[in-house]
Amino acid sequence: MRGVAWIFLGAMFGFIYLPVAALVLFSFQGGSLPVPPFDGPSLAWYADILGDRDLMAALRHSLVVALASGAVSVALGFGAAYGLARHDLKGQAVLRGLLIAPLTVSYLIVGLGLLIVLQRLGAGLSLWTAGIGHVVINLPLCFAILYAAMGAQQENAERAARDLGAGEARVVLLVTVPMLAAPILAAFFLSVTLSWDEFIIAFLLTRFDVTLPVEIWSLLRSGLSPRLNAVGSLVFLVSVAVVLAMEILVLRRRA
Amino acid sequence: MSGAGRGWGFAAPALIWTGAFFVVPFLVMGAMSLATLEGREVVWGISGENYADLWSRPYLRRAVLVSVEITLTVTAVSVLLAYPLAWIIAHRVPERWQRLALMLAILPFWTSYVVRSYAWLLVLGREEWINDALTGIGLIAEPLTLANTRFATVTGFVHFFTMLLTLTIYANLRQLSPNYARAAADLGANGFRTFAHVILPLTLPGIVTGAFLTFVLCIGDYVTPQILGGNTELTVPQVIMVQLGRRADFPLAAALAIVLMLLVSLAYLASARWLRLDRV
Repeated sequence: MRGVAWIFLGAMFGFIYLPVAALVLFSFQGGSLPVPPFDGPSLAWYADILGDRDLMAALRHSLVVALASGAVSVALGFGAAYGLARHDLKGQAVLRGLLIAPLTVSYLIVGLGLLIVLQRLGAGLSLWTAGIGHVVINLPLCFAILYAAMGAQQENAERAARDLGAGEARVVLLVTVPMLAAPILAAFFLSVTLSWDEFIIAFLLTRFDVTLPVEIWSLLRSGLSPRLNAVGSLVFLVSVAVVLAMEILVLRRRA
Repeated sequence: MSGAGRGWGFAAPALIWTGAFFVVPFLVMGAMSLATLEGREVVWGISGENYADLWSRPYLRRAVLVSVEITLTVTAVSVLLAYPLAWIIAHRVPERWQRLALMLAILPFWTSYVVRSYAWLLVLGREEWINDALTGIGLIAEPLTLANTRFATVTGFVHFFTMLLTLTIYANLRQLSPNYARAAADLGANGFRTFAHVILPLTLPGIVTGAFLTFVLCIGDYVTPQILGGNTELTVPQVIMVQLGRRADFPLAAALAIVLMLLVSLAYLASARWLRLDRV
């Protein structure tokens, strides 16, 4: 019985890592096809993508959109969480439901709705419109994380600060935000990774300047190539780095 | 004391954002689904034509069926793989290694979504690629048609959702006090009965919540079926993208999006009894 469990565990890890292994291994392929036999290791494809202007531009766009939409999502999410948790607003439950609602709808529908409205308004598509879409999908997560984190402990400290004469802005900036630093960072990192990786909204809402997933998508249309493996491996590396940073910055601090 | 007023001040930006960029587009999309297309012009009005088309055109009806079949298969297989994996990590892996084992089990979750499907294409399309290489066809062949089977789509999805479900089910199993299992054993239940009558019912809300999330994310996804399934059978999101691209038929695309939402609502109703969305 015990043996079966370990075999199952091993098989599942094999399944989980099989595509990643194929991706990373053939990013070091020497030839022009990412298929066996392996004839590397060669860094030629990494050099190739680092010198590719379109890809590097898309990478910069993705970083900007991810950081900006992450910052806006956290700021808006924090405001909503603070407003709803600390003040007795009419229709609390409805407001919470409204803020969480985009989570229950698939990204495709969020993107499609925005696309229809933008076209009606005659507004052009750009990185801005993709960023707006990314805030729509990340705001509910930030709100949920921060709303859950608003506890009685901070409330007491806030009250003490107010009694000592601090205005609302100082209370929020000097008491609430520092006390909630860990969940705020967690919400920010989560938003950044989700936006960094998001495809369908960016695909529908950008035109000339595109984000990295959209650029990868158009590369994919022109064929299997070790270039794609190299890009994919780099993106994976960045995501893992962000996850590890979150683990170290946020979870360690909490422990 | 303008406490409530201040509260509104803090919450207003988020509410306005959600209203302007989510609620309004959603309502416009609903209205669009009742419009019709004449030539390439959208004619606003209240018409059930798009929805009637869903019934009468086999191509659309088939897409709905394919989407539901794939999503149900993926949800079932993912739960059946993730539950034992989460259980082994929670109960067989030594305590100090558990966090690491769990992290390793979900690390590829963070590969780029598009790239992950592409990576499965490398694995599943390998035989054809060897053939291609041997026959010297090379890079010119359309890669998207290589591994195009429902099996490939399901495999790509199961890979992703097994990781997601392992995470939620593990959290669920760890929350469970070991006293339940001990009590059942003291009362004479064997391992199987303890599992079937105590552990499984107690972890059911977690499983159903994870399965519901899987359903929602899977049925709305365009990337995986497009890359791995190719064009042999289209899912609803693929048909929506076809309408947007080639034909610019926004009304029909909007109606299909509404149908996707109805399917999610059905899944919600079917699982509402056990859902714990506030405790994900």
